[in-house]
Amino acid sequence: MIALRRFLSGGWLRAYAFLYVVFLYLPVIFLPIFSVNTAATPKFPLTGFTLHWYQDLPRTPALLDAAWNSLIVGVSAAVLSTLLGILAARSITRYRYPGRSTIHGLIMAPLVLPEVIVAISMLLVMLQLGLSLSLFTVVLGHVLVCIPYSMTVLTSGFEGFDRSLEEASADLGESAFGTFRRVTLPMVAPAIISSLLVCFTISLDEFIIAFFLTGTEATLPIYIWGQLRFAAKLPGVLALGTLLLVASFLLMTVAEILRRRAAGRTQNEGGLYA
Amino acid sequence: MPEQPQILRPQSDRSMIEIKNVTRSYGAFKALDDASLTIREGEFFSLLGPSGCGKTTLLRMIAGFDNPTSGSISVGGQPMEGIPANRRPTNMVFQSYAIFPHLNVEQNVAYGLKRLKLQGGEEKRRVEEALAQVSLTGLGKRLATELSGGQRQRVALARALVMRPKVLLLDEPLSALDKKLREQMQVELRRLQQAVGITFVLVTHDQYEALAMSDRIAVMFGGRIAQVASPKEIYQRPVTRQVADFLGGMNFVKAQIVEEDGASLVVDTLGFGRIKTDKPKAFVRNGGGATLGIRPERLRVLWDNATAKFEVAGKVVERHYFGEITHLIVEIPGLEKPLSVTETNDFGADDIPVGTSIRLAYDPEALVAMAD
Ligand SMILES: Nc1ncnc2c1ncn2[C@@H]1O[C@H](COP(=O)(O)OP(=O)(O)O)[C@@H](O)[C@H]1O
Ligand SMILES: [Mg+2]
Repeated sequence: MIALRRFLSGGWLRAYAFLYVVFLYLPVIFLPIFSVNTAATPKFPLTGFTLHWYQDLPRTPALLDAAWNSLIVGVSAAVLSTLLGILAARSITRYRYPGRSTIHGLIMAPLVLPEVIVAISMLLVMLQLGLSLSLFTVVLGHVLVCIPYSMTVLTSGFEGFDRSLEEASADLGESAFGTFRRVTLPMVAPAIISSLLVCFTISLDEFIIAFFLTGTEATLPIYIWGQLRFAAKLPGVLALGTLLLVASFLLMTVAEILRRRAAGRTQNEGGLYA
Repeated sequence: MPEQPQILRPQSDRSMIEIKNVTRSYGAFKALDDASLTIREGEFFSLLGPSGCGKTTLLRMIAGFDNPTSGSISVGGQPMEGIPANRRPTNMVFQSYAIFPHLNVEQNVAYGLKRLKLQGGEEKRRVEEALAQVSLTGLGKRLATELSGGQRQRVALARALVMRPKVLLLDEPLSALDKKLREQMQVELRRLQQAVGITFVLVTHDQYEALAMSDRIAVMFGGRIAQVASPKEIYQRPVTRQVADFLGGMNFVKAQIVEEDGASLVVDTLGFGRIKTDKPKAFVRNGGGATLGIRPERLRVLWDNATAKFEVAGKVVERHYFGEITHLIVEIPGLEKPLSVTETNDFGADDIPVGTSIRLAYDPEALVAMAD
């Protein structure tokens, strides 16, 4: 009886989990499927296999421009938000001061604000400042939305970083710079790389803020949006989308592995007190 | 009291660390208050006191992680003012051990040697030697995360010893270990110190640890040094009630001063009669009264018709059994507080019924005067 009941409840849970995953990822599965279909309209039944749409991609100058723009914006936003994230994370994990948690909350806030509101507010600010819209303004916007992620990744890497490790290094004769190079950096490097990857991925995929803050230059998501008006271009968009999806997935996986490694290290060290 | 392992090195009288009038203030609060201390070369020295009394503060100032607000510290005859931690002839074993988690055991131990650029396998040889000293031979390739607490502690020890410092500083190195391992490490640490001959300065709040390992002990309270002496002297002749209490049980007896000169006191007590005793250095006369103390194990039960030159009579009011010893609480006519007496159980102290009248023998030498 009990075994049966357990099987049933386990079965229901499994079914629920299965449906959940299907609902979440089915649309995502359609993307690569239709991107290798010969027909121009995404409809079942499939008509045949082709890599034609992928081969067309590098022959589209507008797309190459957009990809280049995305790369510039992504790298700049990743570097800037990681730098700022390092400062914020270090201050939050290392020091105790009044208003610490308030500041932490404020930095995390963009995460829960509607992106379109953030985008419009940013646009107003940029215009007030007299900045002309360009990739630079997009970078600023992306830094704003990336910092919460960057800081989360970095705090989990820095948390529990035992200050006595740096003291031990000095005690063993190492200079301040040597200590940074031989202890601090190797300990936090995985978290920093992880933050760079996460920020780059977010910037690469981000549409609304880029859409509002860019001038004439398009990033990849903006280029895709532009192409959607032309039914004939849809398979190409699907192919490009598939590539972005795969790239994002890979980047995030590597980032997560690194983040766990960084957190694991410092946590083990913290465990020494137990 | 635990016995020290008797592989004693000849002690030198040359001083290794001079601490002169050192004060460390945090705002109005003084973590260390006008502390002066001389630690000798090759000595196993302990800083003993309750948590928060300023032991770590003093140790960190010797290591160079913190600076005195006033006063001076010198190590090996050299004033340490303005010399950063990485250029001091001291090494530290941290309370958290601070093992580098991204390096293996060997790399941890070799960390400080790397900068010395040793020639022809010398570095490897010294690492091996240090690992052997702490019985970690063969574990060189392990990661810190794969070690037990006791092993981490040994790595921290090897990493500091391999630098051949003039002084090794240890901040509560055994407090994270369980009781059995702790006792084993006490013996090992003492043996190691005797073997390498380096001056050890140990911080601890555990009086038995300090008594078991040290050549000399400084007892601290509230940022001040109360007494500096050998374990035996600290235990048997504490200069204040606070020191006496911190080191274990003590019976306090009120006394009236009859005679006082530079070195000794003659006092009258109700229970113990007239006693002549050494006057402690810190003794400050407080009217005509004084406090004497006697450790519970210095009072012995007199059986049957046995007599002693000095004895007091009383009645057992409580009995507590502790396996190898029994604790008796004995009321003495005239004394305001009953005496506590510890007796080994080999003669049947564990069978003395409550209410029995007994006599206790004592040695007047064991009654020491102390400041309140
Ligand atoms: N950075 C600091 N700021 C303020 N007070 C401190 C600081 N470091 C230590 N103290 C205080 O100094 C006193 C002595 O501390 P410490 O030397 O760590 O004691 P312990 O004898 O337990 O090692 C404690 O009361 C502690 O709170
Ligand atoms: Mg301490």
